[in-house]
Amino acid sequence: MNFLYAAYAATWIIHIGYLTTLVRRYARLKKEVDEMRRPGRG
Amino acid sequence: MKRIFPILAIVTAALLSYGLYAAMVIAPRELTMGDVQRIFYYHVPSAWTAFLLFFLNFVASIQYLVRPKPFADRLAKWVAVFIGVACCIGAFVFPLPEGVEPGSVATTGIAITAIYFVIRKFFSEQGTDALAVTTAEVGVVFCTVVLVTGPLWARPVWGIWWTWDVRLTSTLVLWLIYVSYLMLRRFSSSGQTPVLAAALAVFGLLDVPLVYFSIWIFRTQHPQPVIGGGGSIDPIMLRVLLINWLAFLCFAFLVCWSRYRLEMMKREVEEAQAMEGLLEPGGVR
Repeated sequence: MNFLYAAYAATWIIHIGYLTTLVRRYARLKKEVDEMRRPGRG
Repeated sequence: MKRIFPILAIVTAALLSYGLYAAMVIAPRELTMGDVQRIFYYHVPSAWTAFLLFFLNFVASIQYLVRPKPFADRLAKWVAVFIGVACCIGAFVFPLPEGVEPGSVATTGIAITAIYFVIRKFFSEQGTDALAVTTAEVGVVFCTVVLVTGPLWARPVWGIWWTWDVRLTSTLVLWLIYVSYLMLRRFSSSGQTPVLAAALAVFGLLDVPLVYFSIWIFRTQHPQPVIGGGGSIDPIMLRVLLINWLAFLCFAFLVCWSRYRLEMMKREVEEAQAMEGLLEPGGVR
């Protein structure tokens, strides 16, 4: 039963880990966009 | 489209929850392996989803390569039509390996043609490249799940974590091919990177049929297929497996959607930054 729980937990850790990287990349990109839109730039 | 995303996210969450409940509670306990067999309800749908994503990556890469060349584009279109027609006719005319249903071969052929034309219609040249990156990345995530859950099942059942059997090794090679694809895209700054990556993706897909059919062709330690390969499966187990596959497909679709939007946004920002650089005093020389 431990192996079963480990497999299910590993699946969700991998997916949640990947989703976290996506969220962080979104946040970084949004920051870049906000910086580009800042008045007085360009 | 923005309104569909939360609705689909709720549906996916419900499906995943029900899939987990069905795998743990509704599916009957397998007699020889016991509860550890329930890993199958995550392992197999993840593998199927990874294969589908790698196939989408292949189609998107082909389209990225042929789109600028009208002759190659027309040729690829006709090859896609030919595959659909050949599968439909060939499945009922030529003898198939034991356990392979003609209907499933014909459906696969039609699906290949349909996927090709759907991507062709709805994605621009840049869109196909972004789709290729997206599907490769999400495919690698699902393939990682397969490579992690497999040994967790093998340890109590076979007594070993890993063996260099054809199915296992070819899956590891598949994962390595797509990891190298992503590394190429991440670290190469050449203007030719998308073309090189698309060419690598075309060769990368050649490993998918090897992985899938290895248990038919070679003597392997991996269990024989329970669907479409002459094996049998309890109807309740099959239903639970298909529910989980549907749930993982919906989940993969949502993740791909987010990743695709991120990729397109990134390209827009890079383009804007390049324009800004050109417009700056001393930017153009």
